[in-house]
Amino acid sequence: MFRIVKKERLTPLIYRMEVEAPRIAASARPGQFLIVRTEERGERVPLTISDYDPEKGTVTIVTQEIGASTADICSFGEGQSFADVVGPLGMPSDFVGMTAGQLEGQRYVFIAGGVGTAPVYPQVKWLHSKGVPVDVIIGAKSSGLLIYKEEMAGYCDNLYVCTDDGSEGFHGMVTGMLENLVTVQGKRYTQAVAIGPMIMMKFASLTARKLGLPIVVSLNTLMVDGTGMCGACRVTVGGRTRFACVEGPEFNGYEVDFDEAMRRQTMYRQEEKSAEPHVCRIDLRSSD
Amino acid sequence: MAARIPRVPAREQAPEVRATNFDEVCYGYDVREAMEEASRCLHCRNPRCVASCPVNVKIPQFIACVAAGDFAGAASVIAEDSSLPAVCGRVCPQETQCEGSCVLGVRGEPVAIGYLERFVADWNRENKAVRPSPAPSNGYKVAVIGSGPAGLACASDLAKMGYEVTVFEALHKPGGVLEYGIPEFRLPKEKVVKPEIDDVRSLGVKIVTDVVAGRTVTVDSLLDTEGFSAVFIGSGAGLPRFMGIPGENLNGVFSANEFLTRNNLMKAYRDDYMTPVIRGHKVVVVGGGNVAMDAARTALRLGSDTAIVYRRTENELPARREEVHHAKDEGVEFRMLTNPVEILGDERGWVRGIRCIRMELGEPDASGRRSPVPVPGSEFEIETDEVIMALGTSPNPLIAGTTSGLETTRRGCIAADENGATSRPGVFAGGDAVTGAATVILAMGAGRRAAAAIDRYVRGGEQGGRPENG
Repeated sequence: MFRIVKKERLTPLIYRMEVEAPRIAASARPGQFLIVRTEERGERVPLTISDYDPEKGTVTIVTQEIGASTADICSFGEGQSFADVVGPLGMPSDFVGMTAGQLEGQRYVFIAGGVGTAPVYPQVKWLHSKGVPVDVIIGAKSSGLLIYKEEMAGYCDNLYVCTDDGSEGFHGMVTGMLENLVTVQGKRYTQAVAIGPMIMMKFASLTARKLGLPIVVSLNTLMVDGTGMCGACRVTVGGRTRFACVEGPEFNGYEVDFDEAMRRQTMYRQEEKSAEPHVCRIDLRSSD
Repeated sequence: MAARIPRVPAREQAPEVRATNFDEVCYGYDVREAMEEASRCLHCRNPRCVASCPVNVKIPQFIACVAAGDFAGAASVIAEDSSLPAVCGRVCPQETQCEGSCVLGVRGEPVAIGYLERFVADWNRENKAVRPSPAPSNGYKVAVIGSGPAGLACASDLAKMGYEVTVFEALHKPGGVLEYGIPEFRLPKEKVVKPEIDDVRSLGVKIVTDVVAGRTVTVDSLLDTEGFSAVFIGSGAGLPRFMGIPGENLNGVFSANEFLTRNNLMKAYRDDYMTPVIRGHKVVVVGGGNVAMDAARTALRLGSDTAIVYRRTENELPARREEVHHAKDEGVEFRMLTNPVEILGDERGWVRGIRCIRMELGEPDASGRRSPVPVPGSEFEIETDEVIMALGTSPNPLIAGTTSGLETTRRGCIAADENGATSRPGVFAGGDAVTGAATVILAMGAGRRAAAAIDRYVRGGEQGGRPENG
């Protein structure tokens, strides 16, 4: 079974869980995700992998309560087990397949928003272990809602914090921070990676394009099986329909049709509302 | 003369009742009906029904047992060749296989072989008469990828030969298409599918869920590090196809796979499950196969006005005849010689209609079927708020893309010979992963042939017809 060995509350609505899943821990790579089903009547919920430890046989997931199914996941405690954890799913990040020669001279900047900060962490760790310089921008609504600051600081060259309300770090959006770094501070990057709410990834891509910076985004689409069977995750990338679960979740940010992706994300919102009890949304970004 | 007895009909739920529930449509035969129907078999010297069964069930032999009231004997005969008789009795296209070749069918109605198989399997399950038991181990381990019909048939035969078989299933429940694809009203899950899979387990087969081949494990890792002597790939059909017309990514457009998986595997039709599903007011299902019928009849049961749109005529519908009849009786509208050209959206990005063009049948194509051609200027709109695409599938790249030395066909399916041997020694494949979307029974036949080939390979180092060169 998939036992929860450790659970922590990171913000009022975001929880971190370390779960026993030895096969996934052994095969996971940065950029991949997994699917959790709490019990027989639960949904299959796709979640990003925020860490994995092949020796301990555990994977770490970070979940934000945004609906009935994520609230269900967050209600599980240490020592309890999920009925199913399946993965790793999707393709690893492009840099995982790159040689030392290809990584030479690369300089990455990550743009992380809200709960999307968690899956950035294994990517930063991986690049750091290969000696690639990495800067990280973390954004949240306010200071108390920032996650993974300390963890990230151990592996990145520079950490930049942004808050919408100015309660910590740069007062403004992550996109503003990126623009500031490149145009004002003269930072040079070869690749940007944005993970967070769809709307943030959309604007991060627009900003990156303006700056002439290639950008990869990680799409958190609807999914059922996560293995290519259902097609719920289809997104338009470069004018073609792609399946985020088998061909993604990471795509070239310039090419993603974000407006369609955001519209498709809301497909079941009406149905889910009728099933869910009131969930406090106070720390959700207004854009999410 | 036996042939003069008319075919015994199977009792069914009334159409207007069953259109509102998910209970099984057909009740099947009782003892008296089964024995009467069995008495119609002529016991031909060269039974064509056996030859036209993909797993070669000894049909006249089991029917003779039924006619004599020896139902346990009938179950033993079927068990020699089929591991899923209660499933096959319900979902096989009998009219093109066993029953289609029955001599009685030349002048009248063929023997109801499907209903009889189903009766025997149901009787056996309820009476726990013939129970499978594990064979002594021969010490070899074989891995089977996918717990659908191909994988289960392959695993059963291997287990009977003494192999230690582990089946890896990507989803959280075993059964493949039997669980996620075929609806409850045609193939009950708890009553029929689960017990048949439990029987496969009783042979000593181990089924591990939540393992995605090509991701959680790879064919290479199974052979090289997990100690399996051979691997059978029965991973199923793959990615749902869409038409490539404008509007297919609008909200309210689904693949039949998604719609059916939500309802069947994830039980969206039940209030006690968390799975959401869209219940359109007017649903259009595009396609003419069994999956299209299943999707349409599911939508109907969820309360939607439902129509099937198909570009050929009713005669060309690839679905089982019985499914077409059932769908019609239940109130699904059939719009034949109609082909969608665009899905229309409202200002919120949801489906509001589908623009179609009328078709007519032209010259026969390479397959011998008359190909549909559009009638110029005949476009029209159908009002709909939910469109379900049931157009078949294209191969899933997950396994082929992560296994060294595994060749694929031009279409992307795994290349395998008639015994399931692939280009990689020790790796066999069968079912939809090789052929593209087909039927439960064809997949089972492929699984059985691969099991025999795996046995030859493991014992004799023989890969298909070719000697092993690795």
